[in-house]
Amino acid sequence: MKYHTPHTFEEAAGIARTSSGTLRYLAGGTDVLVQMRADIMTPDDLIDIKHIDGVKTITKRDDGGWDIGVAVAGAEMSEHADLCADWPGVIEGMDLIGSTQVQGRATLVGNLCNGSPAADSVPAMMAAGVTVSVTGPNGVRQIAVQDVPTGPGKTCLAADEVVSAVHIPARGDHGGDAYLRFIPRTEMDIAVVGCAVNLRLDRDVISEACVALGAVAPTALIVADAAKALIGTTLDTDALAALAQAASDACNPIDDKRGTIAFRKDVAGVLAQRAAKIAYSRAKGA
Amino acid sequence: MALDSKTTEFKYIGTRPNRPDGLDKVTGKALYGADTFAPGMLHGVIVRSPHAHAKILKIDASKAMAMKGVKAIVTRADFASDLEGDDWDLLENVMAGDKALYDGHAVAAVAATSQLLARDAAKLIDVTYEVLPHVTNVDEAMKPDAPVIREGAANYSVPEGMHPNVVRHTEFGHGDVEAGFAQADLVLEKSYTTEAVHQGYIEPHACLAQMGADGRGELWCCTQGHWFVRRMCASLLGIETANLRVTASEIGGGFGGKTTVFIDPVALALSRKANRPVKIVMSRSDVLRATGPTASASMDIKMGMTKDGRITAASGVFRLQGGAFPQAPIETTTMCAFACYDVANVHHVGFDVMSNRPKQAAYRAPGAPMGAFAAESMIDELCRELNLDPLDVRLKNAAKEGTKASYGPTYPRIGLVETLEAAKAHPHYQAPLKDNQGRGVASGYWMNWGGETSVSLAISEDGTAQVSVGTPDIGGSRASMALMAAETLGIPYENVRVNVVDTGALGVNEPTHGSRATYATGLATIQAAREAITKLCKRAADKWGIDADAVVWEDGCAKPSGPNAGEFPPLSIGEIAAEMGSTGGPISGHFEATPNGHGGSFGTHIVDVEVDKETGHTSVVRYTVVQDAGKAIHPAYVEGQFQGGAAQGIGWALNEEYIYGSDGRLQNTVFLDYRIPVASDLPMIDTVIVEVPNPGHPYGVRGVGETGITPPLPALANAVAAATGVRLRGLPLSPPKILAALQSKSDG
Amino acid sequence: MTKIHITTTVNGDDAEFLCDPRETLLDCLRDELRLTGAKEGCGTGDCGACSVTLDGRLVCSCLVLGVEAQGKEITTIEGMADGDTLHPLQQKFIEHAALQCGICTPGILVATKALLEKNPDPTETEVRYWLAGNLCRCTGYDKIIRAVMDTAADLREAS
Repeated sequence: MKYHTPHTFEEAAGIARTSSGTLRYLAGGTDVLVQMRADIMTPDDLIDIKHIDGVKTITKRDDGGWDIGVAVAGAEMSEHADLCADWPGVIEGMDLIGSTQVQGRATLVGNLCNGSPAADSVPAMMAAGVTVSVTGPNGVRQIAVQDVPTGPGKTCLAADEVVSAVHIPARGDHGGDAYLRFIPRTEMDIAVVGCAVNLRLDRDVISEACVALGAVAPTALIVADAAKALIGTTLDTDALAALAQAASDACNPIDDKRGTIAFRKDVAGVLAQRAAKIAYSRAKGA
Repeated sequence: MALDSKTTEFKYIGTRPNRPDGLDKVTGKALYGADTFAPGMLHGVIVRSPHAHAKILKIDASKAMAMKGVKAIVTRADFASDLEGDDWDLLENVMAGDKALYDGHAVAAVAATSQLLARDAAKLIDVTYEVLPHVTNVDEAMKPDAPVIREGAANYSVPEGMHPNVVRHTEFGHGDVEAGFAQADLVLEKSYTTEAVHQGYIEPHACLAQMGADGRGELWCCTQGHWFVRRMCASLLGIETANLRVTASEIGGGFGGKTTVFIDPVALALSRKANRPVKIVMSRSDVLRATGPTASASMDIKMGMTKDGRITAASGVFRLQGGAFPQAPIETTTMCAFACYDVANVHHVGFDVMSNRPKQAAYRAPGAPMGAFAAESMIDELCRELNLDPLDVRLKNAAKEGTKASYGPTYPRIGLVETLEAAKAHPHYQAPLKDNQGRGVASGYWMNWGGETSVSLAISEDGTAQVSVGTPDIGGSRASMALMAAETLGIPYENVRVNVVDTGALGVNEPTHGSRATYATGLATIQAAREAITKLCKRAADKWGIDADAVVWEDGCAKPSGPNAGEFPPLSIGEIAAEMGSTGGPISGHFEATPNGHGGSFGTHIVDVEVDKETGHTSVVRYTVVQDAGKAIHPAYVEGQFQGGAAQGIGWALNEEYIYGSDGRLQNTVFLDYRIPVASDLPMIDTVIVEVPNPGHPYGVRGVGETGITPPLPALANAVAAATGVRLRGLPLSPPKILAALQSKSDG
Repeated sequence: MTKIHITTTVNGDDAEFLCDPRETLLDCLRDELRLTGAKEGCGTGDCGACSVTLDGRLVCSCLVLGVEAQGKEITTIEGMADGDTLHPLQQKFIEHAALQCGICTPGILVATKALLEKNPDPTETEVRYWLAGNLCRCTGYDKIIRAVMDTAADLREAS
């Protein structure tokens, strides 16, 4: 295994272009090192992107949105009070990944590019409308997070492309988001179901909404019908029932060691309701 | 060694001093299995079967052997070829012969100059398999069409006509169960299951082996019992036992799982072949796939009760699969299931069944939790139907001194009634419950163990004492031995140093297992100290010119026994020791025996759970352990045993299980998916130490380590039933199962 | 496989070692520097027994490559006591019998020290969640949590 420490994303993409074997990027390493230890794969080329300028910074843009460096660890996000105030749901999604120790290393981009359908930060980013910059041979392009995963362990990125920044939109007024997941224990598990809700209020009425589910399909998914169930309502009982139904209906899960199909469908509806209530109360308070 | 009627007031016993190995363990200095190195050391890696059941057609190691830095490769041919019985089973498990019998079964091993190189070489060892049909479930393994794990493995006890996978059978009881059921107002008959779980010790097995061409070996390893390791390794390698010296490292948890060998004989074989030291450290997935989890169980219980709560009869059929070898613990499962109760009519049947899983090993009260889950769940079901208080019913039926135990013998003084009374009086039992909460109780029993024990105690020149013991210190036993030695000798706790010595320094010691260390090693320590005291008194008597019988030992001094003995100022242990070289030589005491006065320990647990009825998630909100310790030598470590046992039982009840796929491979081979309780899963675990002295120990000690894992399984199931109104008869009480049960209840 | 020369700081002292890029920081600490206080309980970041700090941040050293230590500051359990004087957490763990086998203890001590530096007045729940990645199989966590809470109270009183 060759270990590379490029100083620019272009340089990183260049190394990727010339690599003929298995290639991995190293930011927090909390997935790559596990796969190496478990003998699932050992890269021929490992590109440590932490030596690139700006990868460890969190910046508030002029438009009120946020740019997150690709090597910013979960703990650094959780410690950022303004970011937490704007996007508590995105922070929850990130913060639920692994232990305190894992939070010291794990990154949004790593969680995204690992391609797990159960990645906790991905539904939260999707609901929030997060995009990423991708640096490749033809320069930089921007992709919505929802377009990145294409299946378990798969992304839309080309072999010589590397995610070079994360962009969270401006929170704006009267908005709120939340992420909840179900695990059998209280910590340290992979989500059996994850659900993020992001919404905006016009007085008490939901004017915009996005609902995303994790661990219930080959990729995390945005559930348009669930958002429809919310928009134009005050999150009354009927809206919550319609939301739960839409969320359950959208699931295309598998039976596995972590949960059954029926369980995942049921719990997706329950979590959608609970997350919507939290997001709604946050929007009211904002 | 009967209870010492004179000793009721203790000076050191019952206090909570700092443990002597504490400093090393909080500073990172303590050396565990993987923490030593030797000059020229190689690293060993084991090649494991990816198949649950397969013929091994060919092992081609030529490519691996050709790698630079690879120094030895071993297969079954490098071990003894003339073994029989248990030794053959052990070798077959350590290194596969003609067949791989479970996912993870060792088939070869390689030693190389670095860990990474050894791992690379292991991948180049080419094993050709012919995959065979497999079975991993106990009920499936008994069916007529089940694949046969090994023909001829069954012993004489198995009734005719059973599948060859049924290898042992037990049946016993007393009274007339049919007559008993006829006397009952309510008879229930239900089936229960428990899944296999792992001890989950945090330290993977590790060892460092060195063996020369002369057949002499040195082994450093993490084990609960290094004499056991010595005997097993010597047998598997075909060498003389005395030529192998085994040193026990500090041990990072065992819970029964480190009472046998997996890697140690392999490291020795590699070392013998390479003529260099070899270290092997298991990975976590190796540990989960290929060490010794528990048996899984399928059980049918029938019990009758009168409407005022008298158990009239109980019977159970207990089917345990213990992996691809005989020895699932059907004896202890059956013996402990109804052991808490005075039941006139009782009957047990047990089946030991083989399947394509790793060979089960001991885990804290091995066998007992399964039977307790079934029996104590059943009692709760009867109590609910008859609207009776579950503690009152247990008190009404509780076994006590003189009761004929469900498994035959008559109990000596035991403490079950005292734990039930203490539980009933505990504020927890009366505390109000919130919505969606429920309370469960259950009792449990472990008979404990004595076992071969050898201890030496030597007096130093300054009157301090060193105690050499052979039971590795897993949870503070050095402190307990030091307290008992200090108490007996009448010297400060700090003046006693307890060493866990290697196999070259003492006679055979059984492992730290069976809750025996504080009982048996403690008893031996007390007796060794008493022998030393006899010698110390003799030296004083000689000095004073009086009869040795006229000298007594008090507060660390020899004194004349009374006015008739003469007027002499007391001689302290330090004064006698300072002169011992010139008064007859070194003074020491020694004791060795196989003590059998281990008193059983009973416990009663109370648990409150809260169930999220929309997701089926269970939270443990309050937990209380009440258990009989006989006499708590170091109460903090007794509490620690209670708490640890409860936590492991909670894990077994709620989330832990071995999950095999349809391919027969273990699905959850890391801690992410093998879900032991984490800190945020548990509440504080309250403890009540009941002390009903064990008549078989000088200070009244009963082993406390194991009983505590037995009640949590049924207590949690009973609490979930109380919280939800649904009864789960299969563990774990996982959220999907609870949710499905809640839904079918509301549908029904 | 060419090894890489790494220069780093461990417990305040300069340290250097050669490592294969596949080796973890845990491997390097243990096998190259012979600092065996950090333990491998899982190798996959699930048990916390290998906890160290890397530039002040609590991490699992099994999830860090040795080559990543270049120019960093690492602290391990071996650097926790000040000479003969134990850190108050170490002292309290002994006094409270907060360890049985002791294999998880170095990781838990390193993790709780990081917690108390960040949050001197944690609730029981905060301590439990902070330590959720530090598995202990012996104690049921009760005495560990009590030792941490007691140390935190003492440290607050002293400051």
